[in-house]
Amino acid sequence: MTKQQANWSPYDNNGGSCVAIAGADYCVIAADTRMSTGYNILTREYSKICKLADKCVMASSGFQADVKALQKQLAARHLIYQHQHNKQMSCPAMAQLLSNTLYYKRFFPYYSFNVLGGLDNEGKGCVFTYDAVGSYEKVGYSSQGSGSTLITPFLDNQLKSPSPLLLSVQDAVTPLVEAEAIDLVKTVFASASERDIYTGDKIEIVVVNATGIRREYMELRKD
Amino acid sequence: MFRNQYDTDVTTWSPAGRLFQVEYAMEAVKQGSAAIGLRSKTHIVLGCVNKANSELSSHQKKIFKVDDHIGVAIAGLTADGRVLSRYMRNECINYSFTYESPLPVGRLVVQLADKAQVCTQRSWKRPYGVGLLVAGLDESGAHLYYNCPSGNYFEYQAFAIGSRSQAAKTYLERRFESFTDASRDDLVKDALMAIRETLQGETLKSSVCTIAVVGVGEPFHILDQATVQQMIDAFEIVGEQEGPAAAAGQEASAEPEAEQGGAAAGEGVAPMDI
Repeated sequence: MTKQQANWSPYDNNGGSCVAIAGADYCVIAADTRMSTGYNILTREYSKICKLADKCVMASSGFQADVKALQKQLAARHLIYQHQHNKQMSCPAMAQLLSNTLYYKRFFPYYSFNVLGGLDNEGKGCVFTYDAVGSYEKVGYSSQGSGSTLITPFLDNQLKSPSPLLLSVQDAVTPLVEAEAIDLVKTVFASASERDIYTGDKIEIVVVNATGIRREYMELRKD
Repeated sequence: MFRNQYDTDVTTWSPAGRLFQVEYAMEAVKQGSAAIGLRSKTHIVLGCVNKANSELSSHQKKIFKVDDHIGVAIAGLTADGRVLSRYMRNECINYSFTYESPLPVGRLVVQLADKAQVCTQRSWKRPYGVGLLVAGLDESGAHLYYNCPSGNYFEYQAFAIGSRSQAAKTYLERRFESFTDASRDDLVKDALMAIRETLQGETLKSSVCTIAVVGVGEPFHILDQATVQQMIDAFEIVGEQEGPAAAAGQEASAEPEAEQGGAAAGEGVAPMDI
């Protein structure tokens, strides 16, 4: 008697990669725009990035149906927060909310690998990285998704402090200027799309800084 | 309205077919400070008088944003109003979440009215003591509704509720035909003039009133004090000249109004029928 295997899965992986880098007064959040299933491409122009609050942006890869549901949940909760507190949620507050929302479904998780970026209350860039059930950490940079195994080592090489004694975890921002960070993101995606079949088509880059939120695009390999 | 043996319970009818507890709840609305609303084809303006308990305290919040396209002004028991606003906000959020589109105002007021009706037919509840002026924009245009504690609701071109609202209503009745095609700014000016009528002599300043606007391309928001003061200053110069003449006219009309009200209660016309 062999154990019965499921003939249907509630999940699917739509692929893609996300990256976020925090700076002293800005945050760059980027994701590719390819949505795939198996070895097929569903669309080349799907946004994985969602603006949750004035200074808080989330990029998620994984199962996009769960991602959409998660984004809607957070948007509704944010509206309630605004009604009650008469102000927008700060990025750290949203980070905790996202963690709680994910853990709420600990036993039927959102198949969503998230990276949250924005400015904290003092205007400093912050990036929070998550697993599917809400474990999170404030970091200076992060990458999630199908290309993360290719992207993270490169970011570590460029940005990781050689020792926590030199740059403490609390300070978690990179020493880069905004333009350098955007350049790094473009480089990193160009490299990832060479070898990861699920990453490509276009990058959507969102920059959050004191003047507001700005969006730009860059073409990637279509194969 | 005099105390009698049929008014202890909301579930007790009087021999004349009235529910006195519900009528008493509507009295509570008349005791609250004034709130007015008026609409054009594309905009709705809500205004209210800020009444503070004492010089030391702040005034109560009477205008609430419910959603980008809906706002509400209340008069009466503000605590009840706050609770109903929270209900309305939740309904809008849930509808938006499910249907990815804004809740039509007409639906919201019906839900609100049904909620109020429940409290008129349960022995362990009491009616909400608050009147709501619901201003909202949807696909069918700009709407202004009045929801009362009785569970009735009506649509209006312009309306005023709360204490001394009759003065504002008289002003609005004179001017309402021009509202449909009025510009947004003219509508706000009319709202300020209507509020001024309820103040009866007291100077109109931005600290005494609150104005909120919702319209096509303009999400619901409360105007800040500086903007309101500017608008007051803009027309006050003209207003002063009209002032004495209007005041004299009002005093004459206020007395017959009061007499009519007394006679109606004696004859037994239930206010809910109006």
